[in-house]
Amino acid sequence: MAGVAGGNDFQWCFSQVKGAIDEDVAEADIISTVEFNHSGELLATGDKGGRVVIFQHEQECKNRPNLRGEYNVYSTFQSHEPEFDYLKSLEIEEKINKIRWLPQQNSAHFLLSTNDKTIKLWKIGERDKRAEGYNLKDEDGRLRDPFRITSLRVPVLMPMDLMVEASPRRVFANAHTYHINSISVNSDHQTYLSADDLRINLWHLEITDRSFNIVDIKPANMEELTEVITAAECHPNQCNVFVYSSSKGTIRLCDMRTAALCDRHTKFFEEPEDPSSRSFFSEIISSISDVKFSHSGRYMMTRDYLSVKVWDLNMENRPVETYQVHEYLRSKLCSLYENDCIFDKFECCWNGSDSAIMTGSYNNFFRMFDRNTRKDITLEASRESSKPRATLKPRKVSTGGKRKKDEISVDSLDFNKKILHTAWHPKENVIAVAATNNLYTFQDKIN
Amino acid sequence: MYSKGTKRKFSDGVDNKAVAASYSLQRQSLLDMSLLKLQLCHMLAEPNLCRSVLIANTVRQIQEEMAHDGSWQVVTEALGGSGHGPSDRLVDTEVLCQSPEQQDSGPKLYSVMGYDGCREEEVVTDKALCSVVVGDRSPAFLLGTIGHCWDRGELRVEDGVSKDSGTGDEEGTRSGEGAKLATGQVFGTFEIKNGAPGSDPALEELFSDVDASYYDLDTTLTGMQSAPKMGPYDFLDSLASSHGPVSNSSCRADLNELDHIMEIIVGS
Repeated sequence: MAGVAGGNDFQWCFSQVKGAIDEDVAEADIISTVEFNHSGELLATGDKGGRVVIFQHEQECKNRPNLRGEYNVYSTFQSHEPEFDYLKSLEIEEKINKIRWLPQQNSAHFLLSTNDKTIKLWKIGERDKRAEGYNLKDEDGRLRDPFRITSLRVPVLMPMDLMVEASPRRVFANAHTYHINSISVNSDHQTYLSADDLRINLWHLEITDRSFNIVDIKPANMEELTEVITAAECHPNQCNVFVYSSSKGTIRLCDMRTAALCDRHTKFFEEPEDPSSRSFFSEIISSISDVKFSHSGRYMMTRDYLSVKVWDLNMENRPVETYQVHEYLRSKLCSLYENDCIFDKFECCWNGSDSAIMTGSYNNFFRMFDRNTRKDITLEASRESSKPRATLKPRKVSTGGKRKKDEISVDSLDFNKKILHTAWHPKENVIAVAATNNLYTFQDKIN
Repeated sequence: MYSKGTKRKFSDGVDNKAVAASYSLQRQSLLDMSLLKLQLCHMLAEPNLCRSVLIANTVRQIQEEMAHDGSWQVVTEALGGSGHGPSDRLVDTEVLCQSPEQQDSGPKLYSVMGYDGCREEEVVTDKALCSVVVGDRSPAFLLGTIGHCWDRGELRVEDGVSKDSGTGDEEGTRSGEGAKLATGQVFGTFEIKNGAPGSDPALEELFSDVDASYYDLDTTLTGMQSAPKMGPYDFLDSLASSHGPVSNSSCRADLNELDHIMEIIVGS
């Protein structure tokens, strides 16, 4: 797989944008999660209104070999509805926090979607044939009088317009007191974990009425609470291993074979703090918003407010690589604290070969880092650069006094335009970027 | 806006005084902002626990630094300096909580708290200034003074005044335990008791000339001595469980709001 940075041989270009063009963004349309399935054929998005939209990769056109296929809407359904918790007199948002695909085992596709409290397993199946020529009923469905039937015929399958149906197969409810922030399908394809602020539960996909609690960091006295769980993920190969990150910038790796309750970690990853850069915001910006294993399972990546770090699972005392996403914000932390932007949870993702990583920033910028060449690039998801197959121009934020042409100054950044969710196709150089209510896809230029 | 807060070195010169004052101002502002954020939390559908915990940790961090750095030096400078504009507020808070003897004793809280020798003088000082504190300031402002005023809080040593939830009772008792131990060290001559506020005749006699509205501050600040083990919600809780005999209306409203925060944070 090619590298990421703009060299002479590799460039990103615009592919598609989905979503309304209006300046007024409906709250319900804000995309809250983006995920490719394991083959990359399907791309799922969840939004604040509780809807899931799945796009399918069209076959490439034979007469236009330079163009990769486009993603078109495959299925849309309402996954979660708003609920009311009568006990606490609080609303439960229908916002989809995470979608995770199950590995495909038959012609149907399965995914898990979750809001703050409930996880649902959805089956997305296709129907493109229907049976005609029943004996016991007419074509319009009326039952025929059995005594009138004089001959038998075999029903025939006739093609029909493709119908994609999404049906909820399982509902995993009432297991989380706090807000679910992560779900992760295990490599055994039978279990998955769900994590909220203080607990992690292990489920079996077939069993909805109970789950195992495997991590519980709730203190006996809630006044002593100083740390919460921010993300969790299962190891891609070892079904007994998972990790979870915390608001204090630490990651714990746990082995489910050691004990039923994995409160004691097997490995503890933390980078010692740099005392020279300590401030009142140090803890907040160290809080990890996302953790992702590499496809190989050898590394994991964490995203905190200002940087992305790659950790070798065999080394706990510091990351092996650190990439600054938007270091120019360090001097603005007080303002970002005031407007709450400092609490934004950015996600990060690997490319299929683990040679590059991607994460979002503000002003609809997103950043990609090539781990081999150490090059990085900043691109923008905007309607202006949305001409078909237009090459994306690298963007730059000027930090010094003198602003060059085409650079944007830190004070001009739009902090309402944040890219929190990005996804990378598992096999190809195709990426999906969620910019508020719009979904952009970009692909590499095939020369 | 402000640059990141840096640890202030021990100030040892005239040049550093302005810097120190400015830093304290920034820190105070950050504390106020954080408390406001926590207050607003309870208005949302359900507060984001991660955000609340991070803000509360920040508040605790600021408090600890304010307590240990001690703004004593800032006070002397503020007193001696022009003290106009924003630093006026600092002057109000700092001067309240300090008698002239304490200015030289540095940031060691416990030694400063030795009431045995200078008790009466301090009481007089407090009386003159405490009404300024309790007036119509928001709890955010009050809390800014906590680090310095918890010596006053120790005048009222009984605890267990929390009323609201089941967990509230535990908190009150627990903070009472902490307060008891700490004040035991400080007030060797005082009789420590658990009981209803204002029930100790010895204490009442002692502080008879203290402005009654000051009791609010006393009870709200009880439990501050348990700082080493203090969780982020302890001081919030002690604020929430105010039971002063004379209620200051705006203070009460704010405290009720904080009380509500506690329920949301702890209850969920």
